[in-house]
Amino acid sequence: MYSFDYERPSGINEAASALGEDDKFLAGGQTLIPTLKLRLAQAGKLVDLGGIAELKGISSNGSELSIGAMTRHADVANSADVKSAIPALAALASHIGDAQVRNRGTIGGSISNNDPAADYPAALVGLGATVHTNKRSISAEDFFVDLFETALEENEIVTKISFPIPEKAGYAKFPNPASRFALTGVFVAKTANGARVAVTGAGPSVFRQTDMEAALSGNFSADAIAGIKTSASGLNADIHASAEYRANLISVMAGRAVKAAS
Amino acid sequence: MSVENGIGASVRRKEDQRFITGNGHYLDDLNRVGQAYGYFLRSPHAFAKIKSIDLDAAKAAPGVVDIFTGKDMVADGIGGLICGWGITSKDGTPHKAPPHNSMAVDAVRHVGDQVAFVIADSLQQAKDAAELIEVDYGTLTPVTNIAKALAPGAPQVHEEAPGNLCYDWELGDKTAVDAAFAKAAHVTKLDLINNRLSPNPMEPRAALGEYDAGSGELTLYTTSQNPHVARLIMSAFLGIAPENKLRVVAPDVGGGFGSKIFVYAEETTTIWAAKKINRPVKWTADRSEAFLTDAHGRDHVTHAELATDNDGKILAFKVSTQANMGAYLSTFASAVPTYLYGTLLSGQYKIPSIYVEVKAGFTNTTPVDAYRGAGRPEATYVVERMMDTAARDLKMDPTEFRLKNFIQPDAYPYETPVIMTYDSGDYPLSMNNAKGMIDYNGFAARKAKSEANGKLRGIGCAAYIEACGIAPSAAVGSLGAGVGLWESAEVRFNPTGSVTVFTGSHSHGQGHETTFAQIIADKLGVPIDSVEVVHGDTSKVPFGMGTYGSRSLAVGGSAIVKAVDKIVEKSKKIAAHLMEASVGGIEHEHGVFSVAGTDKKLTMGEIAFAAYVPHNYPADLEPGMAENAFYDPLNFTFPAGTHIAEVEIDPATGVVDIVDWAASDDFGNVINPMIVEGQVHGGVAQGIGQAMLEGVQYDEDSGQLLTGSYMDYCMPRADDLPNFRVATTNTPCPSNPLGVKGCGEAGAIAAPAALMNAIVNALGKDIDMPATAEKVWRAANSN
Repeated sequence: MYSFDYERPSGINEAASALGEDDKFLAGGQTLIPTLKLRLAQAGKLVDLGGIAELKGISSNGSELSIGAMTRHADVANSADVKSAIPALAALASHIGDAQVRNRGTIGGSISNNDPAADYPAALVGLGATVHTNKRSISAEDFFVDLFETALEENEIVTKISFPIPEKAGYAKFPNPASRFALTGVFVAKTANGARVAVTGAGPSVFRQTDMEAALSGNFSADAIAGIKTSASGLNADIHASAEYRANLISVMAGRAVKAAS
Repeated sequence: MSVENGIGASVRRKEDQRFITGNGHYLDDLNRVGQAYGYFLRSPHAFAKIKSIDLDAAKAAPGVVDIFTGKDMVADGIGGLICGWGITSKDGTPHKAPPHNSMAVDAVRHVGDQVAFVIADSLQQAKDAAELIEVDYGTLTPVTNIAKALAPGAPQVHEEAPGNLCYDWELGDKTAVDAAFAKAAHVTKLDLINNRLSPNPMEPRAALGEYDAGSGELTLYTTSQNPHVARLIMSAFLGIAPENKLRVVAPDVGGGFGSKIFVYAEETTTIWAAKKINRPVKWTADRSEAFLTDAHGRDHVTHAELATDNDGKILAFKVSTQANMGAYLSTFASAVPTYLYGTLLSGQYKIPSIYVEVKAGFTNTTPVDAYRGAGRPEATYVVERMMDTAARDLKMDPTEFRLKNFIQPDAYPYETPVIMTYDSGDYPLSMNNAKGMIDYNGFAARKAKSEANGKLRGIGCAAYIEACGIAPSAAVGSLGAGVGLWESAEVRFNPTGSVTVFTGSHSHGQGHETTFAQIIADKLGVPIDSVEVVHGDTSKVPFGMGTYGSRSLAVGGSAIVKAVDKIVEKSKKIAAHLMEASVGGIEHEHGVFSVAGTDKKLTMGEIAFAAYVPHNYPADLEPGMAENAFYDPLNFTFPAGTHIAEVEIDPATGVVDIVDWAASDDFGNVINPMIVEGQVHGGVAQGIGQAMLEGVQYDEDSGQLLTGSYMDYCMPRADDLPNFRVATTNTPCPSNPLGVKGCGEAGAIAAPAALMNAIVNALGKDIDMPATAEKVWRAANSN
């Protein structure tokens, strides 16, 4: 680890103005800290968002569930509001990483990192969520741009994520056996405006499977998508899985997510 | 009469309290006054010439004490690392052992090769300074794959080894094998890859060197499985210091699995540097360094053929293997694919003739050496995959095929065609025992039920044998070993009746402090809490060959028994004097000495006290009660057994669910059944890891390690494993006084073949390890 300065502001504006050119925001630190320890990243200063009370917390108004950016995965997994409004989201959070990761990692940190194998991007896109920042509101689809890339600008801080509450939703992931990240994960939702299907792990960034969405909008059942394949073209291929295998997993996981939907 | 906590009792491990409460003394827990920190600059290239190294800016960096390169060690007269086992090729030439300096002198040959050792007041300063070292590399094309390395036109890893060939070795009667194949009714052929593994002990390697300028003594604290051997090699071959001036201490060591047998560059550099700067130096590997530099295991490519007659009897077996040695020949690397492998290719079977040839070669990869089982898992994998494949060809049940060809219980001693003399066993018993444990006969019904649910189900066994208790010195000496493989022990009574046992074996997780104490408790009636086991320090223990090859109990334990026998002999003389009887009239049982036919008796404690306070004492006897013994075994031991795995496969994803596991092992006599069961569990877990999850991968173009962290190298976790059914059968080993055979490696030897046979049985076609979900999915969904 290279040496760096550390600051822990208590307000959002204070945090935004504290960030200089070589500095980084620190949320739960589950990616940033290991990267710093391995000297793969360097920061002039870490601006810790952990001291900002208004970034934490969960609320639901019956049609929308709102989760503060600095809310930990464990809090989402255990929240009665989340379990009641979108049980698939609580279940997803309960399977991120391991207990230590869930007790430190945050939803805002995860989506701002946009790891292609993270779970949350599938939920945000699958549910048609909105990402709120200190500057604006961004639809989930516009937020996730590409591999480790988001729409966030310099000094822009995610403040909360709001999820429209679906009729039902489900998530199924095939974990990478080594890292337990999603080798492929599929989030499905039945909403008033039709079905949504979002895939993580399989491509450079989360994406929607529109053929499946069309089929599920007519008939929200695993049978409806049983024959729908995803092209392997453009999907990730690495030592853990080929693009063809990931394409197969999209079909299998989508079917399981639909079956699990509640 | 049985003794509390004696032989056969499942005593809780004495050492675990300190381990699980954070009170162990692992190497990185140790610190010396004035200690500096060492950090290795390592090669980022798989293969490159070193044109120049510029240390100026780095040496001027804050906190830097000094920086050394390979040239500094050579200039100081320090020799290179050695391989301690000489293998002779078919043509009579010795194996090629190219120079292996602790730090690179003019070329680097694998990613992670040591280039410079930076010593600073803090580790951070050492790392900062290392970034300022400028190395001008001339990169070369690397080769990582053994088959490609041995093919014509491959890049040459060492000038001294043309064609990258280390040796081309053979064993067995080729003429007899060829003749048997010529008349065979059936020939079954099989090609196998034994995947390269990273050892992953929980504690990374570390070293702490200290120099006493007054006495001239060097002390190296290191994560070693055999500190005396490390001292011997560093003294005799590297010239670090004479043995009498070099103390090597291996304190609590957090696992080894073989990888801490070897003498590594980091240890030799650290202790040498401590004297150069006259200040203690500590080096601790991080996990990335462990992946890059801990000696790997396995990495074989094999073609095998089995000849059988019309009755399903085996006629002959021939095996041809290519073994990857990595970039340099590690301490015992040469022996693993030869005398620890070829000699076990008879398995549990009566095979009239066997021929094996092994070509070992160099590649631009981390050196490969012994890893849990060392050669014997590779042999078992070839033999047991072949037995299933042949049974499939012959349309026989694989267990019936094995039972038909087993060496029978009345056949011992049984001499195999590959120079082993099996001493005892009952292979049909352990096979039938395992079949009963897993309800083998009920498999068809379970398979039908799985198929009804759209799943594939398979069952597979491995009837393994291993040569353990390594090893008779005369035997290994005749086969090229540079050392004898006996063991030493001292049993020392204190005047108050407690006992200190000094053993030359080394515990790095095996539970010696408990098992050895149980032997003392049983033989001499001393409560196990009054027995202290001391190991791992060349200044305390007379000498020791260390722990590997499931040898600690069979060889080290036997040395303790020999010392105990001397204690008993001396105690009888003292007891006879004190009780005014003849020595021949003294009977001994579990530490109680009695005069035959009377109620006169003395306890071991009373006699020990008399030996140290000899006011009334035999005139012709030395005072004191301490005896040492050296024990050299008569033969290897031959643990054997059958493991059966049952799997269910989801064809949609290729996920393999291990639904049942039966292990029926013959370890001879068992001292602590709970520890033995734990060893089986751990070994099977590692074997399952090899079969389904683990595998070191290199990028073939760049030679970069692709599996350099736990994000990419998949270790088995608890939820990957089934509940194990574990049982032992027991034919006592006739060649050691405890009748024990060893249990530490059996699981890792049996499991890969058993599990792969089950997966292949479910799929109806061969696949190689590791059987990842994608590989299984492809096999399940192809014609």
